[in-house]
Amino acid sequence: MAKQAIDKKLLLGVAKNARLNLSEKEITEFLPQLSEILESFGKLDELDVSKEKPSFQPIATKNVFREDKVEKCLSQKDALSNTKHKKDGYFLGPKVV
Amino acid sequence: MVSSIAEFVKQVRMEKMDVLEHTAQIFDEIESNSELNHFNVVAKEQAMQQANEIAAGIKIGRHEGKLLGVPISVKDCVCVKGMESRAGSKILSGYKPTFNATVIEKVLVEGAIIIGKTAQDEFGFGTFGTNANIGFEAPKNPLDQDRACGGSSAGSAGFTALTKFTHASIAQSTGGSIASPASFCGVAGFTPTYGLVSRYGLIDYGNSLDKIGTIGKTVEDASLLLGIISGHDPQDSTSLEERFEEKGEAKKIGIVKELFEKSDDKVSKECKKALGKLEAKGFELKEISLPLNSEYGIAAYYLISMTEASTNLARFCGMRYGLHKELEGHFDEYFSSVRSDGFGTEAKRRVLLGTFARMSGFRDAYYLRAMKTRTKLINEFKNAFKEVDVLAHPTMPVIAPKFSEIEKLTPMQNYAMDLCTVPANLAGLPHISVRAGEVNKMPVGLMLTAGHLRENILSSIALEVEGAQ
Repeated sequence: MAKQAIDKKLLLGVAKNARLNLSEKEITEFLPQLSEILESFGKLDELDVSKEKPSFQPIATKNVFREDKVEKCLSQKDALSNTKHKKDGYFLGPKVV
Repeated sequence: MVSSIAEFVKQVRMEKMDVLEHTAQIFDEIESNSELNHFNVVAKEQAMQQANEIAAGIKIGRHEGKLLGVPISVKDCVCVKGMESRAGSKILSGYKPTFNATVIEKVLVEGAIIIGKTAQDEFGFGTFGTNANIGFEAPKNPLDQDRACGGSSAGSAGFTALTKFTHASIAQSTGGSIASPASFCGVAGFTPTYGLVSRYGLIDYGNSLDKIGTIGKTVEDASLLLGIISGHDPQDSTSLEERFEEKGEAKKIGIVKELFEKSDDKVSKECKKALGKLEAKGFELKEISLPLNSEYGIAAYYLISMTEASTNLARFCGMRYGLHKELEGHFDEYFSSVRSDGFGTEAKRRVLLGTFARMSGFRDAYYLRAMKTRTKLINEFKNAFKEVDVLAHPTMPVIAPKFSEIEKLTPMQNYAMDLCTVPANLAGLPHISVRAGEVNKMPVGLMLTAGHLRENILSSIALEVEGAQ
């Protein structure tokens, strides 16, 4: 992996993607830490993995299907039981436009 | 002497053990040790009601259940119906699941009494239990309160070590979160083969790594509880259809050279001493080298786990459950505001790194490379198991550190402490940590790892280690 320096601009771009607002204090704390961690991860470059397939799971898994018929699922009441933001049986969300 | 679960249940069935009194006593113990921070939720009312029902049932001859009247604590990240389940995070404040995790259903059917939710590093992000999120305090090691319990199943191991009553805990591991605290607290921690125990109802950390397992005062208790919670579950698509092997013989134990060399000398010596006792009992010891796992395990594990964690934590946004705020601003502003307030420092660090590692332009260099490295690491284990039945090494390279020592570690130094536990977790291999000795009056754990679905040989060897103490 190409050595990637983490600067403030890149950090803020990543934070935006991750939906996190970082304070100045957090930025100052995270910048050197993330650089140290990524540099350490760079160790993986020492290994030749060009012929390896990725192991997305530790053991072989297969697709699991069930019959296409209606089964019991979470009721509307239960689905809404943990939110304060609801109205007329629906979730209320923030503005999208 | 605390009764084993099997002995306790026998006593309950013969009405020589009063379930109500036992349950009430364990809550007195929890309350008088509340400054150790082992519990996020103490479910006294609910548990006493369950104890009442069980006691009434016993009087009319209802004696079924392998856990009849046994108090079981549950790591906070496992959902219990109606019981606040936060995975140690402020962002899940107030979340009360409307369903039980499959493992909870399984223990309830056997007559267990759920006593509460145990403390953990937020979402499992920690080695010592010290990454407790806003509103929580780090759990203390009952053997020395200046020291950590280990993480992330900190409260599960801490309370198991502390209690004078029959009890076991449902814990969870992504990269060593059962073995680490079991080692630091001197109890038995059993992490199963990936997929052996259903993860339905587990608040995810890393989907290709997470396993629900057990912590018990003894190998016997931890093994018994694991047998109960394991088994295929159609509600978890990664759940295995196979059971673990009923029988199996193990004679050859591989001593992992690099992990002994990288551990503290005194810790290594205690583990070698315990293995020497096994050799005297007829086991064959053979030195095994795992150069790739010991050199590249940490980097591969953290890249994969952080990447998976960053996608799992994307669902927390303050709309449907957990932390809520007034609905103000555009959705991006609202979600970002809730997430920034709800996640602790380590969670933010991992979400940032995980998001970075899977961003366009970086994904192949970081995430995909880590997944390909994982293939090499799994193959190294496969080759080792051609030569030996079980691999052995210290569970943690040190004894439980003091909080003052942990504070001085950088995040990367902190991650490096997981060097012994992450390889088996990356490969989804079953492993057990068993008390093997002590250094400075603190316990030392020996970790035993076997091939997939060979849990039974781990139990039998760990029992030998425990018996020789």
